[in-house]
Amino acid sequence: MVTAVTNLGRSGLYDWLMQRVTAVILLAYFLYVGCVLLGGVDYPAWKELHAQTWMRVFSLLALLSLGAHAWVGLWAIFTDYLTERLMGTTGNVLRLAAQAVCALIMFTYIVWGIQILWGY
Amino acid sequence: MRLPVTAWVSIAHRASGVFLFAGMAVLIWALDASLASPESFASLRECLSSPLVKLVVWAVVAGLIYHTMAGVKHLVMDFGIGETMEGSILGSRIVIALSVVLILLAGVWIW
Repeated sequence: MVTAVTNLGRSGLYDWLMQRVTAVILLAYFLYVGCVLLGGVDYPAWKELHAQTWMRVFSLLALLSLGAHAWVGLWAIFTDYLTERLMGTTGNVLRLAAQAVCALIMFTYIVWGIQILWGY
Repeated sequence: MRLPVTAWVSIAHRASGVFLFAGMAVLIWALDASLASPESFASLRECLSSPLVKLVVWAVVAGLIYHTMAGVKHLVMDFGIGETMEGSILGSRIVIALSVVLILLAGVWIW
């Protein structure tokens, strides 16, 4: 029986949409930051940019998108390769452990990012 | 392993995604150092001039480029373009070609 208990939206269609919405947000963010870096930045200009409210909103949006995007992507990978069908009960244990570790890492990224964006 | 080009592009999309999940730590660390203080910004600059760090940054940027190209292919296919066997093979080849070019350009920019 398929129990959709660890996927982000409890529904494949919701996950599919979230994966695309977050992908487009991340693409926009990396393109923008890439363009800024290509233009060359010094500390005052870089600091000034990240002090703007819209840039903080954009950065936090990208960070949260990263969290959702990584969760959906890693869920797809773990549920393909770490499964009961492939390795018995060990598969379930390994999969849940891997997901717990990734959730912890993702949570750390988000809190760390918020601290960077609003802490300095 | 003999696999069609579409399979390699798909596997590499997954592998680059896992790699980027770890690579984000490098990017967030760099963002931290770049914003903490003028001194940390300067030392980050210093750090980024070392060949080993350049290699790490290039690897993360390469992962971003490839993952983006393969992701855009998915978005294009969501619009019903290139869903046939021939279309997928062509799309996969385009993803590889564009990635190679952009990754080389990124390498030139970093060095």
